[in-house]
Amino acid sequence: MSTNTQDIEALVRNRPYSAGFITEIDAETLPPGLNEDVIRALSARKNEPQWMLDFRLKAYRRWLTMREPTWAHVHYPKIDYQGISYYSAPKSMKDRPKSLDEVDPKLLETYTKLGIPLKEQEMLAGVAVDVVFDSVSVGTTFKKKLAEAGVIFCSISEAVQEHPELVRKYLGTVVPFGDNFYAALNSAVFTDGSFVYIPRGVRCPMELSTYFRINERNTGQFERTLIVAEEGSHVSYLEGCTAPQRDENQLHAAVVELVALDDAQIKYSTVQNWYPGDEQGRGGIYNFVTKRGDCRGARSKISWTQVETGSAVTWKYPSCILRGDDSVGEFYSVALTHHHQQADTGTKMIHVGRNTRSTIVSKGISAGRGQQSYRGLVRVLESAENARNYTQCDSLLIGDQCGAHTFPYTEIRNPTAILEHEATTSKISDDQLFYARSRGIGEEDAVSMIVNGFCKQVFKELPMEFAVEAQKLLQISLEGAVG
Amino acid sequence: MLEINNLHARVGETDILKGLDLTVNAGEVHAVMGPNGSGKSTLSKILAGSEDYTVTEGRVRLLGQDLLDMSPEQRAAAGVFLGFQYPVEIPGVSNMVFLKSALNAQRKTRGEPELEAGDFLAWVRHRVKQMKMDPAMLSRGVNEGFSGGEKKRNEILQMLVLEPRLMVLDETDSGLDIDALKIVAEGINALRSPERATLLVTHYQRLLDYVQPDKVHVLSGGRIIKSGGPELAHELEEKGYGWLSEQRAA
Ligand SMILES: Nc1ncnc2c1ncn2[C@@H]1O[C@H](COP(=O)(O)OP(=O)(O)OP(=O)(O)O)[C@@H](O)[C@H]1O
Ligand SMILES: [Mg+2]
Repeated sequence: MSTNTQDIEALVRNRPYSAGFITEIDAETLPPGLNEDVIRALSARKNEPQWMLDFRLKAYRRWLTMREPTWAHVHYPKIDYQGISYYSAPKSMKDRPKSLDEVDPKLLETYTKLGIPLKEQEMLAGVAVDVVFDSVSVGTTFKKKLAEAGVIFCSISEAVQEHPELVRKYLGTVVPFGDNFYAALNSAVFTDGSFVYIPRGVRCPMELSTYFRINERNTGQFERTLIVAEEGSHVSYLEGCTAPQRDENQLHAAVVELVALDDAQIKYSTVQNWYPGDEQGRGGIYNFVTKRGDCRGARSKISWTQVETGSAVTWKYPSCILRGDDSVGEFYSVALTHHHQQADTGTKMIHVGRNTRSTIVSKGISAGRGQQSYRGLVRVLESAENARNYTQCDSLLIGDQCGAHTFPYTEIRNPTAILEHEATTSKISDDQLFYARSRGIGEEDAVSMIVNGFCKQVFKELPMEFAVEAQKLLQISLEGAVG
Repeated sequence: MLEINNLHARVGETDILKGLDLTVNAGEVHAVMGPNGSGKSTLSKILAGSEDYTVTEGRVRLLGQDLLDMSPEQRAAAGVFLGFQYPVEIPGVSNMVFLKSALNAQRKTRGEPELEAGDFLAWVRHRVKQMKMDPAMLSRGVNEGFSGGEKKRNEILQMLVLEPRLMVLDETDSGLDIDALKIVAEGINALRSPERATLLVTHYQRLLDYVQPDKVHVLSGGRIIKSGGPELAHELEEKGYGWLSEQRAA
């Protein structure tokens, strides 16, 4: 194992919420509130072209006509959208640093604390990292090596400047600006995020990774990620998230769009560790995210893997539109809710092309008073001859005050479709615990071992280093869950 | 080495053990026999620290330590091993990971250094070979999808890896084919030593042909009602348990 992985391990071992520190940095933050002037100011600050501003304004006007969805199985106080600041940047970022050496050392220190040293020489070999701190991207490592392969990996703001034709061609084509309430809000005010472009036939030479961190009080984070894989290309992308520990709730409403053309493959992994709130349910991140992949080309493949241990409230359904013939969509998910966390998560698989296949493996773990819902839709359109879906949905309960709910929806318009669905709900049994303890394994280690076993099918989909991180995260998230 | 005095235990409102006395000296193998439902598994699980039972009276000491005050994991580190009558499945957790965590957790509790990955692997492989098991089983989930006999054999493998001081084997012979029974018996005999003691819970003479007991006890109605030498097991095989209760009644 590399040093970096050990850093991450050491990091996640700190307890209880190790990423909960606040960085004292002089920040330039727009006053709270949202109107067209704020959007114009934000766009001007980022020096955006007119088309980008127009996109934002269109989305904003649509958002004004929309209502916050209430169908999810989650409860939280009403969000005051005028009480949030929509832009915050560390002041030193204003004169954009040309290289990492010019980045404020305090920022770099923050990321080192998180186990993400930005200095390339210290980096885990083979992983390029883009980091987003509040609203702006701080720096992208390994840029040169990627450029040699023709891969573009940069912040979305930079892409708007440097590759406007690509951004304009794909932005909003998977998640339209008016798709849903949060997506419309994001389209209006998104501040930064990552952009990835893999040219035809290229296998991206390394894992790409983005870390998002919310630091400022009362700011929302609205990041926007766009990944385009041209014909025959491959890419594996990992997203990690943290936020400081604060008593107020903070809003995070991201949009992620993936486009896979003929024979292209995109693997998108998330290890989400936003601050979940304390044991009484105070504070924590509201995580309302729209993630969608478009298998636009024949034989293309998009695979979502997510490990969700954080956030106070999660509303998230990474989806695949299987447009190309013989395209494949996959969703592997582990979601853990502890204390007062609530999660309503799942996926949508939309079968459009012929011989399209999808696999859904969802593992939900609830402990304490955690409430969790799996919500999954499998839709097979008339055009989708021979569509196949396999859905497996397992829930594990720890204690008797938590809950697991399953809402599977299917809409089949083509009789050749074959769907398989399996669902189980189990408790960590006293017998299993006693068995492990009678061999000398302590109670908490036994619980985390049994939970890891439960999640194995999903963890094996993660890149090795992150599988280790995910296991440790589960372990600390479950502390105090028994006994 | 193991001293049980006047042990009373209940589950819910039901008394199961009603004043059980038993002493096993270091180096000895004792067989515990008795009718179904007489409390043999209850006794075994209480020794390992199961929280399903409430001990209402009595004392259990291992090497002078009071076992009843200790958690299951502390007892394991102190050398107690229970071969379960019904071994439990832990899906997704490989036997390898399980054994390594168990061994290192015990060593840590005892203040011994944890085993290096390489040393551990060599050690486990050696034991797997001894039990004539397929090394591929190490990467399968703990007892996951194992047949009844395979599960029992896996219990002995775990025992050989952990090298306990007190081996409590609850019907490890049930469900084994003839060859497997021999392998299991060899496994038990391999750990027989002047520093260890064994409690064999069994219904059949078969296992005792391979693992010669020093003493045989009959547990009935929550107490030891008769103790004797190896010949007692033969007698039971011939006559069953009826004559004992008649004898007691008389
Ligand atoms: N959790 C429980 N709840 C209720 N009764 C129990 C429980 N556990 C054990 N018993 C009862 O206690 C008695 C002793 O059970 P135990 O399993 O110790 O018997 P045993 O001697 O091992 O029998 P066998 O030879 O069939 O394995 C039985 O009557 C059983 O039904
Ligand atoms: Mg029994």
